[in-house]
Amino acid sequence: MSTATVEKIDTGKPGVPLGRLVKVELRKMFDTRSGFWLLMSIAIIATIATIACILFVPNDELKYDVFGQAVGFPMVLLLPVIAIMAVTSEWSQRTGLITFTLVPHRGQLILAKAIAAVLVGIAAMVIAFGIAAVGNLVGSALNGVDPVWDISAADYGYIILANVLGLLVGFMLGILFRNTPGAIVAYVAYSFLLPTIFGILAALQDWFKDLQPWVDFNFAQTPLFDGGPSGEEWAQLAVSSLPWLVLPMAFGVWRVLKSEVK
Amino acid sequence: MIKVENLSKTYAGFKAVDNVSFEARPGSVTGFLGPNGAGKSTTMRIIAGLTPASAGEATIGGLKYRDIPNPGTQFGVLLDASAQHAGRTGREILTISALTMDLPSSRIDEMLELVSLTPTESKRRVKNYSLGMRQRLGIANALLGDPKILMLDEPANGLDPAGIHWMRSLLREYANRGGTVLLSSHLLHEIEVIADEIIVIGQGRIVAQGTKAELLKTAGTFVKASDASALANALTSAGLEASPSGDGGLRTEAAPEVVGQAAAKAGVALVELRPAEGAGLEEMFLELTAETQRDTTTDEGVTV
Repeated sequence: MSTATVEKIDTGKPGVPLGRLVKVELRKMFDTRSGFWLLMSIAIIATIATIACILFVPNDELKYDVFGQAVGFPMVLLLPVIAIMAVTSEWSQRTGLITFTLVPHRGQLILAKAIAAVLVGIAAMVIAFGIAAVGNLVGSALNGVDPVWDISAADYGYIILANVLGLLVGFMLGILFRNTPGAIVAYVAYSFLLPTIFGILAALQDWFKDLQPWVDFNFAQTPLFDGGPSGEEWAQLAVSSLPWLVLPMAFGVWRVLKSEVK
Repeated sequence: MIKVENLSKTYAGFKAVDNVSFEARPGSVTGFLGPNGAGKSTTMRIIAGLTPASAGEATIGGLKYRDIPNPGTQFGVLLDASAQHAGRTGREILTISALTMDLPSSRIDEMLELVSLTPTESKRRVKNYSLGMRQRLGIANALLGDPKILMLDEPANGLDPAGIHWMRSLLREYANRGGTVLLSSHLLHEIEVIADEIIVIGQGRIVAQGTKAELLKTAGTFVKASDASALANALTSAGLEASPSGDGGLRTEAAPEVVGQAAAKAGVALVELRPAEGAGLEEMFLELTAETQRDTTTDEGVTV
């Protein structure tokens, strides 16, 4: 019978490389209406924020830094939501049934998703800062003054890093919850409620004040917006990321590897 | 070839799959038959590496699923036609799979044509698809990588009669070319017309398996008279054991000839007399689907 040749699996075939998966995951972030408009909203909101700056900020204070802050603020929420949806849609839309069948190595798939999300985050930041730069040029032209560029390349890098960290927090919550609304609510609590609690604690308890930069991940990120962390502040960022990002991410990934895809 | 050996899956004390073993061989269509919740889908998810097994293992051509390089091009799987992103178009869903498997985009058009989704339909979002269209899209997705082995969970669900006929000939041809097909259904008739080998599962356990001929042949005779009690008496006095079998008829292990003679002797006029092909399987299946399920099933067919 000729069937013997047919039943064999070809083990010599190349597997699915990571680069290809990243490309596919990038496409999946844009190819639905919600994904497309979520990404578009970054450019749209950045443009609105820039125009609002020109209209409402007193002319003598109109510097690039102001524009940068205005376009940067919505990113704090939008980028993590993009990361959350890149993960959770596999479960909420049950596309994981196909995705994890085509790519049984789930760890590699999650890595590809993380890389794609970070790439989108960086691109979104560059675009938003580009829109802010145009705003700065237009604003100073309208005022008849020279534009003030008070954000250095290093500052840029730090701000982008801070936003990538926020995006990774969203990604982590997406992996942990595997449910879009749950992860978004968790992110809002994480990034708005938690700093408040830590702030109150630090105000009331002296012993916690010294400890805060080491355990409060949000707090440890503030130097990134203030011209860059010192050596000790880098260490604080790394240490505080353990309980708030690294360990929950590891736990979430481990659970995804073990879990059942239905 | 798909090989399942002593597979079990336990959920918090509940055995969804209980020591299941079977093979799906190249060149034939293997039908996986069982009522809803019998463990078919769980078994298939274990085969595709989506659900970890509690015990036992499933291999494809001797390999665990996760060890198959670029699995979509070697083992086509459709587990749930509704598990597609509602916001993507049919074409986009195939495009994503094609990119993952590194296939040329011409393959997408071929598949859309094969499953008769028109270019206009393929550009609509899946949320606007009927279940039948999703099923066709799912079959296209499973066949996209030109795999030699196919596994389809309830592929006939939602297809209209013409669609079912189309799918039947598609899978028949596929198997005739040497491909391996494992498909599940909760409808006996569907499996009967398409499968060469049948595996019957109930409450997580395999209750019968064998070739279609094996499972159907030992079925005895179906006989029916307008006077049912007279017929029953006639058979009993002739020493034939008979049991009621749907529609007011009787079923017995004896050959039709013997049954006819017994009826003639007692002067009972028959309405129907025929070999009860498939009746054994049908009864076994009915018994499985009945709410009060028994642990032991009828001994017709090939019990395991």
